Amino acid sequence: MTAPSTSAVTSSTARLVAALVAAAAVWVGLFALNEIAWDVALGDWLGLDLSHRVVDAVHFFLYDVGKILLLLVGMIFVIGLLRTTLRPERVRAFLEGKPLWLSLGMAALLGAVTPFCSCSSIPLFIGFVAAGVPLGVTFAFLVASPLVNEVAVVMLADMFGWQLTGAYVGAGLGIAVVVGAVFSRLHLERWVEDFVFAAPVASLGADGHRPTLAERVAAAREETRDIVGRVWRWVLVGVAVGAGVHGWVPTEFFATHAGPGNPFAVVVATLVGIPLYSNAAGVIPVAEALWAKGMATGTVTAFMMGTVALSIPEAVLLRRVLKPPLLALFFGTVAVAIMAVGLVVNLVL
Amino acid sequence: MHIKVLGPGCRNCVNLERVTREAVDALGIEAEIEKVTDYPAIAGYGVMSTPGLVVDGEVVLYGRVPTAAQVREILEPRVAG
Repeated sequence: MTAPSTSAVTSSTARLVAALVAAAAVWVGLFALNEIAWDVALGDWLGLDLSHRVVDAVHFFLYDVGKILLLLVGMIFVIGLLRTTLRPERVRAFLEGKPLWLSLGMAALLGAVTPFCSCSSIPLFIGFVAAGVPLGVTFAFLVASPLVNEVAVVMLADMFGWQLTGAYVGAGLGIAVVVGAVFSRLHLERWVEDFVFAAPVASLGADGHRPTLAERVAAAREETRDIVGRVWRWVLVGVAVGAGVHGWVPTEFFATHAGPGNPFAVVVATLVGIPLYSNAAGVIPVAEALWAKGMATGTVTAFMMGTVALSIPEAVLLRRVLKPPLLALFFGTVAVAIMAVGLVVNLVL
Repeated sequence: MHIKVLGPGCRNCVNLERVTREAVDALGIEAEIEKVTDYPAIAGYGVMSTPGLVVDGEVVLYGRVPTAAQVREILEPRVAG
């Protein structure tokens, strides 16, 4: 009995591996053909003049959206394969009872790599705080999660290169740790809504099951569908706005008004970014266009960070668990930290 | 059987409730389906990534929306004989 079932498992694994290799080949093919395909479609089939300004903008839009969506699908799937077992429920178990400095650093890192949708931020906040994870550590996780994630990294690397991506990730994690450390020093528990501490706590134990390849692939597919399903609209809007800025804002416009020599621009960029509600997928193409028009690197970074880290819907959600003074302090601290990053980047570069 | 769908009312939670009803209908079992939207109650089950599914007091799934067939597989062995 054992022999046939083992060989059945092996052959199904072999089929799965073959399917993965085939999918990877299709992906590489699509990626390689992306630009040429749009040349042919617009230029040859539709007979448009590719050097015309509007046609060029449309071509740029189609090419860029295609490239970004391919990169996101590929990267999220690969990351999904690797992090099948990483869930906020397990992150909490990692963080409980660790020394503060260690748990702050871990919270920021885990916030960056744990898949997490903003609709879960309230259950997560209650689950962490009620279980005794310090407030500062919880905030470090909540700050890092939208700021640094695979979508942001893929798009930054594509549009700005690895150097700036590295600086952004470092700065994002730094902000999370600093905000967490500041909040740990102040005793802010009285400004958390009382029901949070009264919430019952249960932990979902890991059953020690190691996921099989088939389970990993299924989970990664689901995660890719979920995340790409959530961000593709943002990519369309972001690239369209970015293309508009590229095509219609005069060159050097932002260099004149928001160049490196203007520290006030960092403050304005952060304050403009905060009420805007977008995730990394929507704001990064816009940021790239502002950058290309001469906006200083630090100012662009502050604008991106302000947009993804803080928003009005986020404030409305967090108001359910935080009393107004703490909510204001949270937004204020994060905003100041983002401005500091922007100013430092402008000074250094 | 007592089934609870945990979730504050986002799209995923509505989807989970729908597939759960489909699974219950397909199995033809008697089950009471209750929605839990209260945050502390959700956190009380240890669930931090919504939606979650609780069957007879035990969390059987969380953080994703399964297919109706998957819910059926979860429920089937739990049908009290």
